[in-house]
Amino acid sequence: MNSSALKEFWYFFSQNRGAVVGLVLVVLFVLVAIFAPWLAPYDPAALHDGVFSQPPFWAAGGNTTYLLGTDDVGRDVLSRLIYGARISMGVGFMVVVFSLSIGTLLGLLAGYAGGFIDKVIMRLTDILMALPSILLAIVVVTILGQSLTNAVIAVGVVVIPGFIRLVRAQVMIEKNRQYVVASGSFGAGAGRQVFINILPNTLAPVIVQGTLGFSDGILNVAALGFLGLGAKPPTAEWGTMLADARAFIESAPWLVTLPGLCILIVVLAFNLLGDGLRDALDPRLKK
Amino acid sequence: MIAYLLRRLAEVIPTLLGVTIIAFALIRMIPGDPVLLLIGERGASPEVIAEMRATYGLDKPLPVQYGVFVKNAAVGDFGESIVSHRPVHEEFSERFPATLELGAFALCLAILFGLPLGVLAAVKRNSIFDYSLMTTSLIGYSMPIFWWGLILILVFSVNLGWTPVSGRIDLAYDVPNWTGFYLIDSWKSADGWLAFRSALSHLVLPGIALGTIPLAVIARMTRSSMLEVLGEDYMRTARAKGLARGRVIFVHGLRNALVPVITVIGLMAGTIVTGAVLTETIFSWPGIGRWLVDSVLQRDYPVIQSGILLISAIVIFVNFVVDLAYAWANPRLRGAK
Repeated sequence: MNSSALKEFWYFFSQNRGAVVGLVLVVLFVLVAIFAPWLAPYDPAALHDGVFSQPPFWAAGGNTTYLLGTDDVGRDVLSRLIYGARISMGVGFMVVVFSLSIGTLLGLLAGYAGGFIDKVIMRLTDILMALPSILLAIVVVTILGQSLTNAVIAVGVVVIPGFIRLVRAQVMIEKNRQYVVASGSFGAGAGRQVFINILPNTLAPVIVQGTLGFSDGILNVAALGFLGLGAKPPTAEWGTMLADARAFIESAPWLVTLPGLCILIVVLAFNLLGDGLRDALDPRLKK
Repeated sequence: MIAYLLRRLAEVIPTLLGVTIIAFALIRMIPGDPVLLLIGERGASPEVIAEMRATYGLDKPLPVQYGVFVKNAAVGDFGESIVSHRPVHEEFSERFPATLELGAFALCLAILFGLPLGVLAAVKRNSIFDYSLMTTSLIGYSMPIFWWGLILILVFSVNLGWTPVSGRIDLAYDVPNWTGFYLIDSWKSADGWLAFRSALSHLVLPGIALGTIPLAVIARMTRSSMLEVLGEDYMRTARAKGLARGRVIFVHGLRNALVPVITVIGLMAGTIVTGAVLTETIFSWPGIGRWLVDSVLQRDYPVIQSGILLISAIVIFVNFVVDLAYAWANPRLRGAK
């Protein structure tokens, strides 16, 4: 992308206030994730003696030593939430990388090769899409065993079909365009056609889908964590923290409120960003 | 239309077969021997283990097991739960009405509020109302419903004490099994209104939790579809003829704007099922979502594989019907691939 295209993109993107808010929030969460060890006041796993279930500082019984209070075994909630950002951003990133790379490759293959290969890949996609996503993810986790990595793979598998369909549709449009046909008549091989000619022109919608994939990934991995099928309990993962806190919903409601709020804000931020990117990258809307 | 129906059917059947293969194969990949799990700590002699294996058909080669599974499923025999020793179809049909009632209630809420709000946002485009509704709906769309359910419990059950926390109805009421929908069946119980009120108060929170994402999607879809229609020439013509604004918006506008909205609603079957798994877990709702999660945790092979098959079949069937309805309403689609 050259600088004038970049300027044009930024012009359309910045028109959308929601998108800018989303971008700022995403950047903020990324920074928190990167600098977690410096930002967190305590070790997220450290058990502080004598301060079990202490409320946040604004509530009665809270103080500023533990800004957002402590959980039932005396861990600092703020530190756990900060480290949780690290896990969630990492999880979102891994889900997107995993599903985007596999989905794009299969989509390119289906769209460019056509015929039998296309039929097989699309039928598989239909089947994966017919299975309710959370159930598929639950079964995949059960097969692989409970861990954060396996939750990421499970959720990635669920997200792949979306990328396949999207890329395939784009390739089917692009492969009959004149520039591709012309390049072919000059002797360009399949590899050059697919990766150098077609792929760059399918990227815009893939970027949008990738951004929205972040929110899907974070949300679903947290859901698995909540069902007890994601990160194992001592880990400061937001969904897992929420599952732990369920028992204390009456006695320590902040343990339920805060991790969920973090999930909501991150997911919302990526959805805002994705919507904004879609509007800014879609030439039809620029008129 | 018939040709279209047949062509779509030709696509649906291999998908359904594919689902049976996936359901079957995934379950075999789960580590842990279900028979050993069943015997548990007590232990048993090798003969007993071999005998149990034979009872459940687990001693046969995999292709044979698969063949038996599909053949039986085709005639409605989904095997027997290893845990409860009851036929899977019996357990399924016992719990399915609970999920259906929850899903239908949630969808009704979503449509009842989503449609008018979407129309209003489109009519009052770029107003404060429009902006705040669109912001709220994006928040609703991003909602982790497992957390949203807990927050609803925290506010309405724990703090306000308005609604019960779990289950479908107070145990005090004896509801006859008639339709499986407690909202209807409760009227036939001895307590009538009281039983109905209890059923409704149990249904409200999970209904809201499950209906939130569909509500957000419907409101946004209605708004954008309505905006498109509002710009059409026939809308201006209708106004120019002297028809009242409300009539033009709701009769001429909404009717045409509804087509894409109905499609989106139809395709929500999958979203609802996914949401039901989480909602039922939070509210201890005795439906198929929780049943399946439990069976995964207990490695109840027949239940997982048939449960996944049944639910996927329902989702595929609903999507199929939506496709047909869409093609019926819009003949141009029938030719398109």
